[in-house]
Amino acid sequence: MPSRVKSTPPKSSSASLRKSTRRFTIYALLGGASCLFLIPFVWLVITSLKPIEQSMTMPPSWIPRAYYADVGAGRIEVTRDYRTTQAGAVAAVADGEGGTKAVFYSAAQLADLARGGVAVRLLYRVEEGWWRVTEKLPASADAGTVPRWRFVPAAGVESRVVFRWENYPNALHRLDGGSDDPASLASKHRVSFTRFAGNSLIICILGVIGTVFSNAIVAYGFARVRWKGRDAFFAVTLATMMVPFPVLMVPLYSVFKELHMIGTLMPLWVPAWFGSAFNIFLMRQFFRTIPEELSEAARIDGCGEWTIFWRIILPLSKPVLVTAGVLHFLYAWNDFMGPLLYLTRKETFPLSLALQSFQAQTGGVQWHHLMAASTVTIIPVIVLFFFAQKTFVQGIATTGSKS
Amino acid sequence: MTSRERKNVFTGLAFTSIWIVGLIAFTAYPVVASLYYSFCDYSILKSAVWVGGDNYRELFSDDLFWKSLGNTLLYAALAVPLGTAVALALALLLNCDVRGRPFFRVVFYLPSIVPIVASSMLWLWIFNGEYGLLNGLLAPVLHLFGTTPPAWFTDPAWAKPALVIMSLWGTGNAMVIYLAGLQNVPKELYEAASIDGASAWHRFRHVTLPCIAPVIYFNVVMALIGALQVFAQAFIISDAASGGTGTHDGAPARSLLFYTMYLFTTAFHDLRMGYASAMAYVLFIVIATLTYFATRLSRDNVE
Repeated sequence: MPSRVKSTPPKSSSASLRKSTRRFTIYALLGGASCLFLIPFVWLVITSLKPIEQSMTMPPSWIPRAYYADVGAGRIEVTRDYRTTQAGAVAAVADGEGGTKAVFYSAAQLADLARGGVAVRLLYRVEEGWWRVTEKLPASADAGTVPRWRFVPAAGVESRVVFRWENYPNALHRLDGGSDDPASLASKHRVSFTRFAGNSLIICILGVIGTVFSNAIVAYGFARVRWKGRDAFFAVTLATMMVPFPVLMVPLYSVFKELHMIGTLMPLWVPAWFGSAFNIFLMRQFFRTIPEELSEAARIDGCGEWTIFWRIILPLSKPVLVTAGVLHFLYAWNDFMGPLLYLTRKETFPLSLALQSFQAQTGGVQWHHLMAASTVTIIPVIVLFFFAQKTFVQGIATTGSKS
Repeated sequence: MTSRERKNVFTGLAFTSIWIVGLIAFTAYPVVASLYYSFCDYSILKSAVWVGGDNYRELFSDDLFWKSLGNTLLYAALAVPLGTAVALALALLLNCDVRGRPFFRVVFYLPSIVPIVASSMLWLWIFNGEYGLLNGLLAPVLHLFGTTPPAWFTDPAWAKPALVIMSLWGTGNAMVIYLAGLQNVPKELYEAASIDGASAWHRFRHVTLPCIAPVIYFNVVMALIGALQVFAQAFIISDAASGGTGTHDGAPARSLLFYTMYLFTTAFHDLRMGYASAMAYVLFIVIATLTYFATRLSRDNVE
C-alpha cells in the first residue's frame, strides 16, 4: 500500500524527504516479504543437508555442522547429545552380565551413594556445562556395534560446517518406504527413485505432446474455419470449465475401469490427447490474431485446411504452444489427486505420490530425508520456470484477463 | 445450405472431432452419470440401484457432511480474503517504480509452482510442534508473555489457520495476475488525479481499484472455487497428523475434514459412490451459484 503522501510536485526539502521515506518504506516492505517467502526454501535445503539429530533440536540451528571430540581413541566425529546441568562423575557399575558399564552420577547422587555405603569406582569427573558426546558410527558398521560415548568439556568439542550431500542418495534410495536394513536396501525388489521419476516423466511428456497437438487442431477448427454451430459449440466448451472435478471423479473412475486403465499411467495422460477447454480457449485467442490474408493466399494456391494449419498457423504459434505445454507439464508434475485416484501399485507411482507414501510409511520423522526428496521433486519445476519464465508470466496474465 | 457451407461444417467438425470425443467421454458423460448415480445406491463392485432422493435426504442428517461443509466454508472464509489481500498488496508494492522488480516477482511467484506434496512436507516440518522452525522462533517471544506456541497441525484449533498460512505462501499466481492488471491501468488517469490533488489513498480508491475490479472479481471467484475444493494438502497433512493410519478422517479431531476429502473417502474407501455423487452435485450447485452471482456482480460493477 503506498503511503499517504500527496505527490504534488516536490518543491521543498521536506517533500523530497517524504519521498525518500516513502521509497525506504516500499523497499523495507518488499525486503521483509521476500524474506518471508524465501525462508521456507532455505529451511528446506538446510534440513536436507543436516544429519537428523541436528534437526531435532530446540532452538533450531541454521548451519549444518559436524562435531569432533575425543571419546577415548583420538579425535573422531561425534553427535552432541546434551549438556550437563550439574557437576558429577562417571562411574563404572556392574551391568548384571559380569561386565561393567559407565553411568553418570550427579554430585548429590554420589553423596547419597556414599552415605548408603555403596562403593562405586569413579572413572572421571564431570563439570557443569560439559557435553555428552557419542561416537558417530559409519554406515558400514555392524548392527550390533555399540557406539562409545563420553562427557567432554565444551572446549573439547570442535565443530566444522559440513553439508551432508549423502542425505540425497540415501533419501532417494529409501523413497519406496521399504525397510532400512542393509539386506533390504540391497534387494532387487525395491522400487528405485529412477522408476518414480520415470513415471512422472512419462505422464508429463506424453501429456504435454497430447496437449500441444490436440488443442491446436481443435482450436484451429474454432478460430480459422467458419461453420454453422461453431459459436454455440464454443460456448458449450467454455461452460465445461465450470464443472468441478469432484463431480466427474466417480464416473471417470468407472470409465477408466471399463477401459482397463486403472492401475496404469494411462488415465493420467490419455485425456490430454482429447483437448481441454482452457487450452482450446488459449490457442483460439492466439490463432485469431494471425492475419486472415495468410490463409487466403494459401487457399488460392490450392492448399487444403490441414496444410494451412500445419504449414502456416502452427509455425507462427510457437509461443502459445510452449505456454500450453509448460502449463500442462507443471500441472501433471504437481498432480496428486489423479495418481492417488487411479494408481494402485508402487511401481506405477509418480514422484508426488511416492513422496507422500514414503512420508506415511516412515511415520514422517526422517525430516532430513523428506526434505531432500522434496527438494528433488521441486528442482525440475524451478529449472523449467527459469527456462520459460516469460512463458509463465504471460500464460498466467492471459489466464487472468480472460473475463 | 450451399455445398461450400456444408464443406465448412464438415471441416469444422473434422478439426474439432477429437474434442467432441473428449468432451463426451471425459466431461459430458461423467456429468450426466454422476447426476444419475446421485439417485442410486452404487459402488464400483455392483451396478447402480435407483433409490430416489434417499442420498440427498441422508446428507441432511449426516453430521460429517455438515462438519466437512463447515470446515470448508471456514477455510475459504479465511484463505480467500487473506490471499487476495496479500496478493494485491504485493502487486501494489511491485507496481511502484522499484528496482529489481523481476527479482521480487520471481521470489513471490516461485512458491506457487512448488508441487503440493513437497510444500505440504515442508510446512509439516516448519509447523512441527516440537522441533519446527516457526515454534523455534515463536517460543522465546511467547515465553515473555508466559505462554507457549500451539502444536499447529496436531492441534484441532490451529490446524486450519496453519493451512491458511501455508496457502498464503502460494499466493504468487494471483499476485502476477494483479500486477498485469495494475500495469494496464492508463498512466494518464494517475496523472490527472495527481493534478486534481488526489492523495495516494484516493488514487488507489478511485483510480486503481475501479480499473482492476474485473481482475479482482475473476480472481476471487477462482480462489473461492479452489478453496471449496481444497484436497491434496489437507489429505497429506491430516494423514501425517494421524500418524499415517490411513483412515483419512481429517485428523486432528476432524478439523481438516474438508468437503472434497469426505467425498473422496466416501467414494473410494467406503465405496458409497452414489452418496458421494450426491455430495458432488451439492458442491456443483454451490459453485455454479457462486459463479453466476459473481459474474453478475462483476458485470454490474464494471458497466
